[in-house]
Amino acid sequence: MNKNIVLKAENINKYFRVPTLFHVLKDISFEIEKGEFVSIMGKSGCGKSTLLYILSTMDTDYNGALFLDGEDLSHKSADQLAFIRNQHIGFIFQFHYLLQEFTVLENVMLPAKKLGIKSLEEIEHDAIEKLRLLGIADQAKKLSMRISGGQKQRVAIARALINKPSIIMGDEPTGNLDSKNSEIVFSILKELSEEEKLSLLVVTHDIDFAKKTNRIIEMEDGRIIS
Amino acid sequence: MNYPLIFSIAKTHLVSRFKQSAVAALGVTFGIGTFITMIGFMTGLNDLLDGLVLNRTPHVHLYNEIKISEKQPIDFITNPAEELSIVRSVQPKFNQIRIHNALPILDFLNKDKRVKGAIPQIKVQVFYKAGAVNLNGILNGIEPLQEDRLFNIGDYVIEGNVQLLKNTPSGIILGAGVADKLKLSLGDRIYISSPNGALFQLKIVGIYQSGLAEVDDIQSYVNVKMAQRIMGQSESYITDINVKLHDLALSVDMASQLSQQFNVSAIDINAANAQFDTGTSIRNIITYAVSITLLIVAGFGIYNILNMLIYEKMNDIAILKATGFSGKDVQYIFITQAMVIGIIGGSLGLIVGFLLSVLIDNTPFKTEAVPTLETFPVNFDPVYYIIGIIFALIATFLAGYLPSRKAKNIDPVEIIRGQ
Ligand SMILES: Nc1ncnc2c1ncn2[C@@H]1O[C@H](COP(=O)(O)OP(=O)(O)O)[C@@H](O)[C@H]1O
Ligand SMILES: [Mg+2]
Repeated sequence: MNKNIVLKAENINKYFRVPTLFHVLKDISFEIEKGEFVSIMGKSGCGKSTLLYILSTMDTDYNGALFLDGEDLSHKSADQLAFIRNQHIGFIFQFHYLLQEFTVLENVMLPAKKLGIKSLEEIEHDAIEKLRLLGIADQAKKLSMRISGGQKQRVAIARALINKPSIIMGDEPTGNLDSKNSEIVFSILKELSEEEKLSLLVVTHDIDFAKKTNRIIEMEDGRIIS
Repeated sequence: MNYPLIFSIAKTHLVSRFKQSAVAALGVTFGIGTFITMIGFMTGLNDLLDGLVLNRTPHVHLYNEIKISEKQPIDFITNPAEELSIVRSVQPKFNQIRIHNALPILDFLNKDKRVKGAIPQIKVQVFYKAGAVNLNGILNGIEPLQEDRLFNIGDYVIEGNVQLLKNTPSGIILGAGVADKLKLSLGDRIYISSPNGALFQLKIVGIYQSGLAEVDDIQSYVNVKMAQRIMGQSESYITDINVKLHDLALSVDMASQLSQQFNVSAIDINAANAQFDTGTSIRNIITYAVSITLLIVAGFGIYNILNMLIYEKMNDIAILKATGFSGKDVQYIFITQAMVIGIIGGSLGLIVGFLLSVLIDNTPFKTEAVPTLETFPVNFDPVYYIIGIIFALIATFLAGYLPSRKAKNIDPVEIIRGQ
């Protein structure tokens, strides 16, 4: 297998059984190379989120094979997958998912503390570094419920970066932001991919943004059409 | 597993919901505090009552019982296996009340290593006389200092003391009821008449109050020699022997052994006081039942609050799982919260229980039954404090376990999709 492939999906099929049997993902196969910025587009309801949950290992109820850095993930236990998510996958949600009662800094540090490789001082140093990279270092000590939506999404990106993951996935990360904040978040992601050689897979509805990425995957009715 | 991290998350959850956490902890405090107070009070009372019995009851009591001969005269000339003999209206044979060879028996007992002390007693039926009044009475001839050492009679002498009796050959420690009826007090003289009609003048050197009216109205204490004189008997005349052992548990064996060896009746303390055990265990059952009920109520409080918390924290749980926390991690976060509530609430409960116990321990309480008692008796045995905190931990663990399992099994995808 090509050393440069970060993520590889092979013939992924998924069915929802309730309320009726529904073939939501059909023979999904694609690869993402290291440092590639890939966007996924498609009509609402075509299965983008469902695919992303599978790729991020949170959903294990599917057929097919999934490889991260060449490692087969399809038969791993829930605990092993949790560990892989922690170390190798950064996830950015559409809604700003932060722990409300924790400070911005604590939110960013959390995955690194969980990983438990670095010392607390190193983690804190890294976290402040990431916040600075995203231009919100001044918010570090605030409770995360007391900052604006755009800032929250940047905190979420900082959190996704903290463990130097192999790939960052985003499900409409700008979908809930105004155009100015969307632009900021998007340009940060673009910068990360170019300067830090980060691999990115982002679902978006915004065709202008998608055009600026390296590659667009188009989906329709659970299939990749181009 | 990264416990400091899990603990810090649990702590943040608890602190940010301070009011609810405090209410849950106070529930535990209430349960444990009540348990400690009740158990301390109840067992304090038990120990006191048991102590009363143990202190003044001989472990083995030897005496000569008046009873019907097992072998009636006819049985000596017939063979009970072949012939049926019926004897109607059987009367007890005349039996001397005295114990045969009492002095050698006493000697023998006092040399036995298991025996703490064996002392004689002489029971004499008398009348207390005051003018025309004759009051029925029983004199106990005792060795005052030995009786006090072994059976704490001094605790019940409310005026005067046993030393005075020892020093006064014709002294008497008079039952409080008798003194009351005859309007006699310390230093007065009292006439008693012996079973064969002789009159004796005795000097009151003490007043005895057991708290039981039927005893205090009848019973008095004199020296052994005096009792023998009243009976007109020699110093080998002894009606009872009271034995105290080093180990109470031996009393049953000892009683049956002595009764066979010396052909006397012997009764052990367990047979004499079986009903006290029942009272003790019933009080214990009540205490545990009430405390466990309170803890169950407190447990439901914790269960509810954690359940609510988990619903409120669905997002947090989804985030934690999405960023790499395992189901177990999440479960431990919530169990930790329950346990923190249990430890804090339980410890407070121990303190509250202790303070209440101190309060009760200092509450004045006077009773005729126990003249030495000034305040309510309370037991401060640390064992109950250990039981209490273990109770609290088990209850909160159970209350936290079910909600935490739910948190463990929450599917983050469902939560994230639900937004
Ligand atoms: N838990 C579920 N059970 C049944 N059907 C579902 C479930 N979740 C999503 N779907 C359906 O699957 C399809 C794909 O959903 P989704 O992946 O969220 O689409 P997208 O993100 O592309 O808008 C939709 O038709 C949706 O109604
Ligand atoms: Mg979607």
